[in-house]
Amino acid sequence: MSKQDPTRLEKIWKAFRGHPIAIAGLIGITFFLLVAFFAPLLAPQNPYDQTQLDILDGLLPPMSQLGTGQTSWLGTDALGRDILSAVMYGLRISLFVSFVAVIVGSGLGVFLGLLAAMKRGWVETVIMRSVDLKMSFPGILLALMLLAMFGTGVDKVIYALIIGAWASKARLVRSVALSEMKKEYIDAARLAGIGNLRIMLRFLLPNSISPVLVVLPMAISGAITAEATLSFLGVGVPITEPSLGLLIANGNDYLLSGKWWISIFPGLVLVAMVLCINVVADRIRDHANPYLRGKE
Amino acid sequence: MLSFILRRLGQSSVLVLIMSVLVFAGMYVVSDPVAVLAGDDFTEEDRQALARELGVDKPLITQYLVFLSNIAKGDFGVSFVYNRPVLDLILERLPATLEVAVLAISMGLILGIPMGIYSGLNREKKATKSISFLTTVGYSIPNFWQALLLILLCSVWLKILPASGRGDTTDLFGIPVSFLNWDGFSHMLLPAVNLAIYKICMQTRLSRSGTQEVMYQDYMTFARAKGISKMRRIRRHLLRNILLPIVTITGLELGGLIAFSTVTETVFSWPGIGKLLLDSIHHADRPVVVAYLIGITLMFVTINFVVDVLYALLDPRIRYK
Repeated sequence: MSKQDPTRLEKIWKAFRGHPIAIAGLIGITFFLLVAFFAPLLAPQNPYDQTQLDILDGLLPPMSQLGTGQTSWLGTDALGRDILSAVMYGLRISLFVSFVAVIVGSGLGVFLGLLAAMKRGWVETVIMRSVDLKMSFPGILLALMLLAMFGTGVDKVIYALIIGAWASKARLVRSVALSEMKKEYIDAARLAGIGNLRIMLRFLLPNSISPVLVVLPMAISGAITAEATLSFLGVGVPITEPSLGLLIANGNDYLLSGKWWISIFPGLVLVAMVLCINVVADRIRDHANPYLRGKE
Repeated sequence: MLSFILRRLGQSSVLVLIMSVLVFAGMYVVSDPVAVLAGDDFTEEDRQALARELGVDKPLITQYLVFLSNIAKGDFGVSFVYNRPVLDLILERLPATLEVAVLAISMGLILGIPMGIYSGLNREKKATKSISFLTTVGYSIPNFWQALLLILLCSVWLKILPASGRGDTTDLFGIPVSFLNWDGFSHMLLPAVNLAIYKICMQTRLSRSGTQEVMYQDYMTFARAKGISKMRRIRRHLLRNILLPIVTITGLELGGLIAFSTVTETVFSWPGIGKLLLDSIHHADRPVVVAYLIGITLMFVTINFVVDVLYALLDPRIRYK
């Protein structure tokens, strides 16, 4: 089952072979992840270091010369912060928040889905009714509600996105796990005296997880957009840790005076990243659908 | 059927009760209203007097019951910021939100369905591939950033449409609306387009997959064999059959549209209920936030209830599950 298994790599490659747009998406995702990870090494300036900022460099258009003699490729904001550097650091925060939220949220959802399928009875009823409750509200509104109640901050945004992520995965996993529970290997494991938790994690989980893995990229791009929207509305990450959404919000005040670069460049990066993830997600979903695969 | 409706009604009531507990817990217990409202120079007696005035000195269960009975009477309290009954504030702003929502839905249906049918009928054409790519792009651009692009393009560079506010209004049955005069309508266009882009993409995809299913049905072949013209086949046989799921999902998505109006209204300073919610969150105007959340809960529960009952009417299998 390990990821290094050559046959699995070959399988993944098979999904992408002959689909140049999806391959471009994969390359794009790799690029953005590398930039985000190595931002402190790559960025021309540390945008949070006040001593490196010069208010005289404020609101310069792209390709301007800074006071230090450096060229600011994408211009500067009102505080004289280099947009390119701010975008690189913002990317880190956006990706960190969304990945943590989706992985924790999906993990929670998968666990609850498996639990519902194994225990049945009232446990299943409670879990599935909670799923229904959550699914009857649009995600962005639920997140707004939660942030209105508990206040803002990086941790709060992550909680809000976790609550947005778990329900659909629980529903998905439960439906697969219910049919897996009827199969003989589960009975065999029971007869061998293996404990419930071990059956769940070693037998049921690997056999029920595929549909969740298929929707995971879509969940991540959704979380990136949701985080950006919340931060843009001023109920997300704090000003000291600006994600891409907050950078766009900062530029919003200058948009009407024609200073477009402050909002547009962070937005372009945001869209490019979401688009890359979405084309890859579309490809994985189509590949996982045996009906569509037969037509290829 | 009656037992299904009653059972479903019971579930909906439980849902509303659970949500009211969550909202009450979130808004009244997590944050201390006395701490929010009290000034720095308040003495301990002042704080206790304020707590008595707000009713927060009583046990939680009593507070919750008071909260519930006030809501049942339609009394959501008075806004801290505007110093007016919350219900009036919300009802006053509702028409502005609804008229943009209706315009956005119409745009989605009018543009999305023809594009979807075209894509479904002509799978291999270049235009179909472009439409498919455009819908992916449309899905990928966050709503709020689209709004900024629209402002930059139409208001800052081309200077053809206003970027904020509601413009002139005309009274229709005593309710001020924007769509009846050009100034108001021009203010409506950008917010409506902003909300519509996602709808257009969704309607296109829905009608494309609907078309692909319907076009291979026997009755389509038969209609063609009868010598019915292509336009008539599309109008009378195809459109009618793909419309049902589209209408259902459009209805279901109404809630999503109201939710996203918070974003659109904030960017375009459109004075609807979405902007009211955001402003109230920023000003810690608790009564307004609570009223909005309860109102939205009731709306979603009602929509889901109506849809489920309609489905049960259309499909008897659901009733006996």
